[in-house]
Amino acid sequence: MAKTEKIKYLIIGNSAGGIGAAEAIREADKNGTITIVSDEPYHVYSRPQISGHLAEGRLLEEILYRKADFYRKNNIETILGSRVTRLDPANNQVEFEDSKIIGYEKLLLATGGTPIVPPMEGLEREKTFTFTTLDDAKAIDEFLNRHPDKTVRAVVIGGGLIGVSVTEALVKRGAKVSIIEMKDRILNTILDEEGSALGLAALKEAEVEVITEHTVTRVSTDAKGQTTGVTLDDGGTIDCDLVIVAIGVQPRTELAAGTDITLNRGIVVNRYMASSIPNIYACGDVAEAYDFVHEGNRLSPIWPNAYIGGRTAGLNMAGVSTEYEGGTAMNSMKYFGTAITSAGLVVPPDDSYEIFESRLDHAYKKVVVKDGLVVGMVFSGDIEKSGIIYNLMKDRVNVEDFKLTLVAEDFGLISLPEEIWRSKLEMPGSESNFPAVNGEEPEEIVILD
Amino acid sequence: MKKVYIKEPVCMGCHLCEVYCQQAHSQSKDLLKAFKRETPRPLPRVRMEEKDHMSFSVRCLHCDDAPCVYSCLTGALSKDPETGVVDVDTERCIGCWTCILACPYGAIKRDTERHKMVKCDLCAGEEAPACVVNCPNEALAFADAG
Repeated sequence: MAKTEKIKYLIIGNSAGGIGAAEAIREADKNGTITIVSDEPYHVYSRPQISGHLAEGRLLEEILYRKADFYRKNNIETILGSRVTRLDPANNQVEFEDSKIIGYEKLLLATGGTPIVPPMEGLEREKTFTFTTLDDAKAIDEFLNRHPDKTVRAVVIGGGLIGVSVTEALVKRGAKVSIIEMKDRILNTILDEEGSALGLAALKEAEVEVITEHTVTRVSTDAKGQTTGVTLDDGGTIDCDLVIVAIGVQPRTELAAGTDITLNRGIVVNRYMASSIPNIYACGDVAEAYDFVHEGNRLSPIWPNAYIGGRTAGLNMAGVSTEYEGGTAMNSMKYFGTAITSAGLVVPPDDSYEIFESRLDHAYKKVVVKDGLVVGMVFSGDIEKSGIIYNLMKDRVNVEDFKLTLVAEDFGLISLPEEIWRSKLEMPGSESNFPAVNGEEPEEIVILD
Repeated sequence: MKKVYIKEPVCMGCHLCEVYCQQAHSQSKDLLKAFKRETPRPLPRVRMEEKDHMSFSVRCLHCDDAPCVYSCLTGALSKDPETGVVDVDTERCIGCWTCILACPYGAIKRDTERHKMVKCDLCAGEEAPACVVNCPNEALAFADAG
């Protein structure tokens, strides 16, 4: 048998998590071999911008997440457009679909998520449109291009971030869209009722039909296999040319299945992003990592957490022991020019939580507090300081003494305990820079003339 | 790297840091034009905070582990490995404001005319940032604290 190639750091996944890890490894280890593998054939691109590709025809070159010379500059090998089909932890190697085998010292599973496509009469999984990859966007684009002379009617199943994002892109392309959402409001997992209402108003203005508390039970096709409509659970029908399934993503855990890697909903990782097999790490949408709001492991399939989790994994893979700070759901959206940020628990499950709210002109602020700790927030309109709130939540700062200021218009770092802002903003080691004044003028004072 | 630090006890809350920041980031570099006549309107990248008798200004701290860089959806934000400056490639910014949610200091502003984020760039190319140079009471220090 030919000698198997052995890579020091093998990364499966070429998106936020994989790149975060590769960059961290290169900071810590200038020479160790890094190989990034992906079944997508593309240079790393900004996945959230696939909507820009569909809506405005932005090309791959215009949505690159890292510049074209990224891999070369960082001395990273890539194997793109090729799928790993088997993981063999006992021998520290992986097998590709073409039977090629590569060995590793440290492995990162950053395989992401795959759209959930539930069994549905008339729906063929292979022919189903989804919206998580550039190829998904291209497929929808091609469909629209095949029908240049008509208004394409689309049904989007699922009113979450992805469903709303593809809807916005479709509307920009002139399509007529209906969203079918199972729950009683769109964006229900990341926004409270007020936030959802803002999103809904924007969709209504764009003449999108939003049907809540219903599901699609059947997709109808004509003799040529073209989609002609859907049937809802109440028997109602909607004519359409295109169905896009956007009900959510599930972790792509298939490589870990059948190994000793502990799986729950995703790959369970410790605070160092290591799986139950010490030299195998996981991050991003495939991983169940620490969530500081829920104080336990949880899926949080969002881009920033993937990058930061990947970065933490990379540092640990390269021998720099680093604890994952934890993540939680956090999203920034824009509907109709109104910016909305949200994070954590936006709708408290019971009355043991305190809610602080303010409404001023077009600004809405809501902060959810439990036992003195911020556990959730929704800001719209005036979002500039929402990051301060998010970080109070992340750093588990007790806000009991200033919780009333959190949603005030003049809230800022100055609202926080003095030692917090002094330690961040003043020069390290400066005893508050100036001694107490004791009624005397500080020497260096200069009066503005 | 050299960063801007506040000296809260001598800050008078005059807001001139904001004024000179706005001027420094204008096309015309003319105070009056920057405030009254320029379109798109230049924005200050520093914010004055006041409470009771305390005041200080807040701008980007060019963090070592910069949450905005790690959170940027497009790769528009980066920290220069040589200078340490956290800067934005405006061409690649899509104005999604994820950086705003990530920033612990509220130091990122929205340019809602251009749909881009703006932030302190330490007045790149200048010896010291305009806010520091023009602070009438030397309530700001531009120093390398190691």
